[in-house]
Amino acid sequence: MTLEPAQRVQAVPPSGIRRFFEIAEERDDVISLGVGEPDFSTPWAARDAAIHSLEQGRTSYTANRGMRELREAIAGYVVDRFDLAYDPDEEIIVTAGASEAVDLAFRAFVDPGDTVAIAQPSYISYEPGVIFAGGEPLPVPTREADDFRLTVGALERAGAADADALVLCYPNNPTGAVMPAADLAPIADFAREHDLTVFSDEIYAELTYEGEHTSIATFEGMRERTVVFNGFSKAYAMTGLRLGYALAPADAITAMNRVHQYGMLSAPTTAQYAALEALDSCDDDVEEMVGQYDRRRQFVLSRFEEIGMPCFEAKGAFYVFPEVPAGWTAEEFAEELLYDQGVAVVPGDVFGESGTGHLRVSYATGLGDLREALSRIEAFLEDRV
Amino acid sequence: MSEREVLELLRENARYSTADIARMTDLEESEVEATIEELEAAGVLRGYQAVVDWDALEDERVRAEVELNVTLDRETSYGDIAERLARFPQVTSLRLVSGDYDFDMEVEGDSIREVSQFISEKVAPVPEITQTVTHYVMTSYKENGIELGDGDDDDRLSVSP
Ligand SMILES: Cc1ncc(COP(=O)(O)O)c(C=O)c1O
Repeated sequence: MTLEPAQRVQAVPPSGIRRFFEIAEERDDVISLGVGEPDFSTPWAARDAAIHSLEQGRTSYTANRGMRELREAIAGYVVDRFDLAYDPDEEIIVTAGASEAVDLAFRAFVDPGDTVAIAQPSYISYEPGVIFAGGEPLPVPTREADDFRLTVGALERAGAADADALVLCYPNNPTGAVMPAADLAPIADFAREHDLTVFSDEIYAELTYEGEHTSIATFEGMRERTVVFNGFSKAYAMTGLRLGYALAPADAITAMNRVHQYGMLSAPTTAQYAALEALDSCDDDVEEMVGQYDRRRQFVLSRFEEIGMPCFEAKGAFYVFPEVPAGWTAEEFAEELLYDQGVAVVPGDVFGESGTGHLRVSYATGLGDLREALSRIEAFLEDRV
Repeated sequence: MSEREVLELLRENARYSTADIARMTDLEESEVEATIEELEAAGVLRGYQAVVDWDALEDERVRAEVELNVTLDRETSYGDIAERLARFPQVTSLRLVSGDYDFDMEVEGDSIREVSQFISEKVAPVPEITQTVTHYVMTSYKENGIELGDGDDDDRLSVSP
């Protein structure tokens, strides 16, 4: 045996995002609307708590599932905000980012050969995660005509009725789509009817600008078949601290913890202290950031309308998903825009075939840069289209 | 509450154009303009000023925070004293505060000499003023909610999932 990668690793191509990153890094006048993380710094109170914990020498492992106090705070938060009632001792696990929680769930619940339906366009980690776990991903394309919401029609067309599990993520990366309760209800019915396990990535839940975020786990008969993922990266601007969590019934968390205790031991301790403080005292910071994102969202949507690039009204996360003009592929458009005008965006097909013909434009960037970037896109359209 | 929204945005950046404010809110540009006019007419919006880091400029500006204690009599109120002091162009802000002293006054001038002279010749002699304590500003770290340091660099990867 040499260091030949295993087949399931070879089966996964490198991320399509990487190439754009490399081009963008070559130039120094680039305004990037390609960033998938907040431009805000972690609220000071949370950073201060992390520093304080270090000063106190709190640098040992914590309980596998995370500090009890933090699990209690998470339990209090999710029930208040999203009506999700989970027991801090048995039904919550703290992980190294929502990323780890997603990976744990795939490894804990997907058997070799299981089919995992994935609502797309989607965050890029689900397909590889399913493959690494030995499962078979089944893309479920959503359509702009449905505002990129998941519908029963889309599930049926993709053959998801025969799948074992379903992954969904709303508010969505990359489209910014949200799923109001009325649209989630038939999806819950479908999952129950076809006995699907549901993996619901709700990491952007706080970044919902119209209406309230609803979790699919709150529907009748869904709690027992759903794992909810959330984390601190987006709402609390804590990406680099790597902290997330999963909510699920006791037996499911026990299974995930089995994988976690051998693979990770415990989530980063310093980050757990920061997260505890974030839940304790940073509501105002979150509100301020959400307010800023919402203004930028409206600004960007208005500008796309003014310059004649059709863009459905994204209501969550920090992305909009405009269409590229006729005659262009998203890839060409994004590449030329980067070379010509120094504006980086991500072609939509990176997030699944149903993203074809679209661009993911992130507004996790200050208004000054957004204004300039949109003017450059306008100039590009005038020159080149 | 379009007024609140417009005020918040102007407080964030008074140079936002009315068109940009309209884009960021549900308002039409004409509504933004009308709201701003109303707020100005009602005396809610009193001015639009730049936030300057004087330390970043060659020519120094001298600023001082002055604590003032006063005694009142039947004929003189806090308002009367304040009105008198506020007229001086050297006074950039003046507030009645709770605690050990009465007024919190900020003054600005071109030199320490000028500011000191102003305090000793114009402020201290006011009959109701019993005490002044002057603190010269040495370095300013935050003004009007804006941090004056180098700021946090954006060290995010330029493209990420
Ligand atoms: C939909 C989605 N889920 C999960 C993650 C990963 O989050 P974390 O930083 O908590 O691992 C991201 C990050 O971009 C995301 O967009």
